Amino acid sequence: MVDRSRWLTILSHTVMLLGVLMVAFPLYLALIASTHTAEAIVQVPMPLLPGSNMWETYKAALFGGGKLGSNTSVAHMMWVSFVTAIVITVGKILISLLSAFAIVYFRFPFKMFFFWAIFVTLMLPVEVRILPTYKVVADLGMINTYAGLTLPLIASATATFLFRQFFLTVPDELVEAARMDGAGPMRFFKDILLPLSKTSIAALFVIQFIYGWNQYLWPLLMTTSEDMYPVVIGIKRMLAGGEAANDWNIVMATAILAMLPPALVVILMQKWFVKGLVDTEK
Amino acid sequence: MASIQLHNVIKTYGSGKHALQVIHGINATIADHEFIVIVGPSGCGKSTLLRMVAGLEEISGGEISIGGRVVNDLEPSERDIAMVFQNYALYPHMSVFDNMAYGLKIKKVPLAEIKARVDKAAGILELGHLLDRKPRALSGGQRQRVAMGRAIVRQPQVFLFDEPLSNLDAKLRVQTRLEIQKLHRELSITSLFVTHDQVEAMTLAQRMIVMNAGRVEQFGTPEEVYNRPATTFVASFMGSPPMNLLKHLPNADFGGPAGAILGIRPEHLQISGTGWAMQVEAIEMLGAERLVYGRLGVEALIVRMDESQPSPLLGATIHAAPRTDRLHWFDSASGQRL
Repeated sequence: MVDRSRWLTILSHTVMLLGVLMVAFPLYLALIASTHTAEAIVQVPMPLLPGSNMWETYKAALFGGGKLGSNTSVAHMMWVSFVTAIVITVGKILISLLSAFAIVYFRFPFKMFFFWAIFVTLMLPVEVRILPTYKVVADLGMINTYAGLTLPLIASATATFLFRQFFLTVPDELVEAARMDGAGPMRFFKDILLPLSKTSIAALFVIQFIYGWNQYLWPLLMTTSEDMYPVVIGIKRMLAGGEAANDWNIVMATAILAMLPPALVVILMQKWFVKGLVDTEK
Repeated sequence: MASIQLHNVIKTYGSGKHALQVIHGINATIADHEFIVIVGPSGCGKSTLLRMVAGLEEISGGEISIGGRVVNDLEPSERDIAMVFQNYALYPHMSVFDNMAYGLKIKKVPLAEIKARVDKAAGILELGHLLDRKPRALSGGQRQRVAMGRAIVRQPQVFLFDEPLSNLDAKLRVQTRLEIQKLHRELSITSLFVTHDQVEAMTLAQRMIVMNAGRVEQFGTPEEVYNRPATTFVASFMGSPPMNLLKHLPNADFGGPAGAILGIRPEHLQISGTGWAMQVEAIEMLGAERLVYGRLGVEALIVRMDESQPSPLLGATIHAAPRTDRLHWFDSASGQRL
């Protein structure tokens, strides 16, 4: 039974509001900063209300023309990020679906070996294997290419396990009924398993898209030309550092732009999540 | 011709030292159009046998033929059969129509033909108004009917039922039983029905296979199985309450061989002044009849009384006289009928 004392309600609401403020305030500042000119921002105190410079700032950011640091337009960098994230996400989901399908529904030689091999890669994040991966990618001539940006990141043990756990909950009788109906394995996969996995796929899509979008270390290592930079690297490179003054308004605008696609993905996919949770089937 | 032949069918799990044989050489011939029930306690191998006929389990030994063809190496979808599962096994994301049409779609049957077959099956099973619903919007009985509809549209040679009524409540079970009987009268397709419930077996079967521990104990009509059980197992399994099996006869002049087990059904014992003296231990009132549980020396005895006689008192000693034309004798070592 929840204690309904008013004091406690006020306290908990205050704590939550404070939490929201702490998270939202920097975002708000960034948004405000992107609507002023660079000179207006560096004044003390920093303005807290939106300025009138929004269109110019965003235009400058999106289409290039920043005086220092990166010369590339944010629009192009966002495109690179987007392509990378989508390829990684779709690739991961496809590969994990098929591996989980094989592990759960088939018997083949060395099955247990492969299962444990996949499991072991859970202990090897990108950072641990980065030197050998770089060597392989460089030798294959994939530096500065989309393939090099995406392929080393495209296999996922977590996704495989998530799907494996889900497939194990699919009742055996569905498989048997499908067998009686004459459905072969790939038919069963396409017609029955995939539709049932929709919520898992939606969940993984969100997680992997954000993962792919936020990739920093790997692109940093293996892209040397500015037109292959994803936007998270672009933000860093805008900060020229040292004595020169930064175009803070453009930097802030870029940050806001960089946050938009993942936020959109979460918001759009949420519909699918909730729908999947509400439609519990048996 | 949709007859089924089981020739020395054996099932073994594992191999080498750890091999476990669960079905020990079953032989049976089932004629076209017959409704056969395979009945037995849990773990006796009846579902395993059904699944071997379906092709969902490998046949370790012997042969199974459907319609004259040996089907040992054929995939389930190639055997021209259809199965109704205990848990319905409906595809949750497809509508009722799509569930029934799926097998036909795979076989590339033209759409018009699919629609015709589904509509006909829906008519027989009264599912016409449910064709657009998903399984989660159906009740248990409706889901089971969809599962049966899915089997009917395939127009198979054989229907296989794997305990389809076990997940339904008691009232629905009786209703669905009648529907299955009706279905068999209309469609006349050879059917194999597995159940652990002997009431279902008695009411549905034209002939039944009584199984125990991987062997066929008796294969006969309900009449034969009930009135002339071949072994003590069949005698005690069929009929509720079970047949009384007495090893230490209170009175040996019923003409049975020495040392044999005497079997007498509870309804064939008459409470009267003469007969065996039994002490009443419990009484169950069932409405139309009473079950009196008692003790005959060291043996337990059950007597069925109808409403024409007053209920005895607990702890009292009453006399139960057996009908001498309804005695069954079994060998005490093998359990076989004498």
